[in-house]
Amino acid sequence: MEWHSISPELSMAVLAIVVILLDLIVEDKKKLAVVSAVGLIVPLALAVSLWGEEKTAMNGMLAVDNFAVFFKILFLGITAMVIMSSWEYINSKIENLRGEFYALILLSALGLMLMAAAREMITIYVALELSGMALYALAAFLKDKKSTESGLKYIILGGVASATLIYGMIIVFGLTGTTDLGGIREAISAGDGLREPALILGMVLIAAGFAFKIGAVPFHMWMPDVYEGAPTPVTAYLSVASKAAGFAVILRIFFTGFGSPEWLFDDWSVLFGVLAAITMTAGNVMAIQQTNIKRLLAYSGIAQAGYLLVGVAAANTAGQSGIMFYLTVYSLANLGAFIAVIAISNKINSDEIADYSGMIKKAPVLAIILAVCLISLTGIPPTAGFIGKLVVFKAALEPGETGLLWLVIFATVNSVVAAFYYFKVIKVMFVGEPRSMEGVPSGASLKASLVIATAGVLILGIYPYLLMKYADLAAVLVP
Amino acid sequence: MNEFFEDINILSIILFLPVIGAIMIAILQITDKGLKQVAALFTGVTFLLAILMFIGFEKSDGGLQFIERYTWIDSIKAEYFLGVDGLSAPLFLLTTFLGFLCVFISWNIKDRVREYFVWLLILQFSIMGVFVAQDFLLFFIFWEIELIPMYFLISIWGTKPPLGRREYSAVKYLLYTLLGSAGLLAGILVAYFQADGSTWAMMDVTNPETGQIIKGLPSYVAGLTIGMQTLIFFLIFFCFCVKLPMFPFHTWLPDAHTDAPTAGSVMLAGVLIKMGGYGMLRLLGIAPDVADKYAWLLILLGIIGVLYGAAATLRQTDLKRLIAYSSVSHMGYVLLGIFALQQVSVTGAALQLLSHGVVTGLLFAMVGVVYDKTHERRIPYLGGLAKQMPIACVVFTIAGMASLGLPLTSGFAAEFLIFTGSYNSDVTPWMHVYTILGIVGIVLTAGYILWMIQRAFYHEPKSQFDHLSDATVMERFVIFSLVASIMWIGIRPHYFTDLIDNSLSAIESIKGVLGS
Repeated sequence: MEWHSISPELSMAVLAIVVILLDLIVEDKKKLAVVSAVGLIVPLALAVSLWGEEKTAMNGMLAVDNFAVFFKILFLGITAMVIMSSWEYINSKIENLRGEFYALILLSALGLMLMAAAREMITIYVALELSGMALYALAAFLKDKKSTESGLKYIILGGVASATLIYGMIIVFGLTGTTDLGGIREAISAGDGLREPALILGMVLIAAGFAFKIGAVPFHMWMPDVYEGAPTPVTAYLSVASKAAGFAVILRIFFTGFGSPEWLFDDWSVLFGVLAAITMTAGNVMAIQQTNIKRLLAYSGIAQAGYLLVGVAAANTAGQSGIMFYLTVYSLANLGAFIAVIAISNKINSDEIADYSGMIKKAPVLAIILAVCLISLTGIPPTAGFIGKLVVFKAALEPGETGLLWLVIFATVNSVVAAFYYFKVIKVMFVGEPRSMEGVPSGASLKASLVIATAGVLILGIYPYLLMKYADLAAVLVP
Repeated sequence: MNEFFEDINILSIILFLPVIGAIMIAILQITDKGLKQVAALFTGVTFLLAILMFIGFEKSDGGLQFIERYTWIDSIKAEYFLGVDGLSAPLFLLTTFLGFLCVFISWNIKDRVREYFVWLLILQFSIMGVFVAQDFLLFFIFWEIELIPMYFLISIWGTKPPLGRREYSAVKYLLYTLLGSAGLLAGILVAYFQADGSTWAMMDVTNPETGQIIKGLPSYVAGLTIGMQTLIFFLIFFCFCVKLPMFPFHTWLPDAHTDAPTAGSVMLAGVLIKMGGYGMLRLLGIAPDVADKYAWLLILLGIIGVLYGAAATLRQTDLKRLIAYSSVSHMGYVLLGIFALQQVSVTGAALQLLSHGVVTGLLFAMVGVVYDKTHERRIPYLGGLAKQMPIACVVFTIAGMASLGLPLTSGFAAEFLIFTGSYNSDVTPWMHVYTILGIVGIVLTAGYILWMIQRAFYHEPKSQFDHLSDATVMERFVIFSLVASIMWIGIRPHYFTDLIDNSLSAIESIKGVLGS
């Protein structure tokens, strides 16, 4: 039986159920946090054991390849860090739903893991909905007006996006007669008869459905409001894991499903190129005037999705491994930033940037970590964010004579614009005067997750080979 | 001795000493005075080692020396490649020298001392790295690293409103430089791909044992179409032109220089803007035909910079801003010298980089001395300081004379070489006109320098300055060392020009560009 192939997902499901059951019995909810975090080791180990395989499971529904394993490890790492850093926040703000929080995060991660591995459209959709449902609920967990509104916005807009996605999938199914991604590619390249507008329409609708997930413009409208209203750990999770999963699926669908005939390749390469340019520009421009740190990070995330889309537009293997490297680095930096925000807002109870004034004097280590993460997001050496941008832009310059040079120049200029708002936050923290002089305490697990994030950002900036070799190996998709 | 230095990787040692110093300053729990002493210690040792390296440098060999070449990121063939030649060795020495002096200039900082010296040392590390990096990616990374310490130095310890706008100037500096770097990165990447991603090296290096030449990126670029060469040339040189700065991308400089703390201004004007000039020198041969074709444009903008800069300087009433604008003017000569594409004028431009670094470093240090005592930077409110501060007055005058190119000072040596070389150039039919306009710039320089010195130090002494002391022992140490350097370069310029000359001849691609 193919138990081994689906063991990471199975063990994840078991872990989630265990947490739900324990929630009924156990009084001290902190044990649930520990169980969830420690329990993640099991799916992690099982996922690592699948490295190097290149086969399909469950009749072609799931792919077991380096690509899927890389993303599974990424999601598990992100989930672990979010769980580790969120205990104080959950304890103080969501008193009666603590057990449910951990269970839902685990279930959402399960959905994302399935998304990265799925090779068949219906499975992709089901996985998307699984993780989405959990996140819709999680967004509304604070039960205040903003949180409920954000949950509602998320579910409604998410529903529309899912509908668009399904519509696109139906069209493609109708044209090719199969929902299996490999089968789709064969059907398209088999005859020129499928070179018709309907296929392009289906492709565009599918792209639109996932563009919602990654926050590409103009499907990004939900992001700032949902990010602002949701509990900050959920926002952190959304901003990295959900986005990474979106990219994983886009890469798989477009390389495996629509990868084959040259003309199709060029079509969606251009589509993503334009999407990238619009996304990064809109994201950066709108971030400049933000005064709320969570909204600013939301718009910054939109711009980062734009840079990542450059890697998709490159439409080559270097682009894939570039995206995977960038996603990891972006996850580390963004998580670091959000966890620092969690710690600080735990104390000062505010998400306004102006209240971060003089943080360097009140909580120097937190301020420095947040600054390092923001510098990584800007893409300045010697942080890993610079290497991430380097590999993605490198990949974009490969095809043709100058490749997508216009896009790369566009993206580098955008990075300059982005520096303005990232450094605005840094400036407020370092140069401003503190409102009050109490320190900002934080728990041990939160500090540990911050150390991991910052160390990752700095080490990978100086010695990126550590991650690059895995990213290169992971750009292997089962056809 | 050279083999010994190469074996122990002297360049990396010198390069990373400030970083270790910065880490020590960040974590050691000692008094502020102790922190300053640690900073002085580390920069002092760095300077000492740099002098030793410079003495050990083989003057007659124009190629790269003290080479360190290790694989860094194998998958993209990026290397940790360091080396010095005649172009970079003087500037490297200058960086360590000014870095050492800046610690003493900053001795009176009282606010957030620990962070200040951490940033100062990291800044020095980054600038030194730019001068010795021979791998494009490494070069770019060092180029970018200096942004962050400079941003913090200006925005935290700079001049507060209403006299200055430190936060505005810091952000302006950041954005301008990042924009330039965007061009540099794009240019490097395009060149890298045209070379099929085989190397990031900035120069061809001949293996001394086998005699085999390991090609660098510029050699690959030379084989591309003229359109591609033009693209790469302008993308890369845009960055250097913003840094130098060249008119019309110079508007960041007056704000950044004026609002930075004194040591920040010394580092900025002394070495940071030399990075732009150095980049131009190093990569002059990257697209020889393009350089030849568009030299007229860069010379024109250079001369406009000289004259416009000088004219703007004449209007300044803030002492620091005046010197900042004078930097714009003097960097125009560098452009004239480089793009006249004559061996003599390029050597003069390289010497001008060195000379201007010392001279402007001294000028800003003097402004710091005057401001520390009088708390007044506005020229109309100064006056007659020669009575209260004779030493400061004399040194300021010497610095001013060097700035306007009085013979026996380094300024004269550099400018003379530039003008001699450019007058003989045939890169554009208007060369004689440009050269003469450049010389007119000298006259304007004399105008604002003499006017400034007269207004600030002569005329009637003011009673409110009567209680002021002259330069302290520490300040005298700093300013006398700088005066000595100016004199030494001015009286024996051949010590440096020989180095520069040999290296220019050794770089094949540059030799191809230059005339006689």
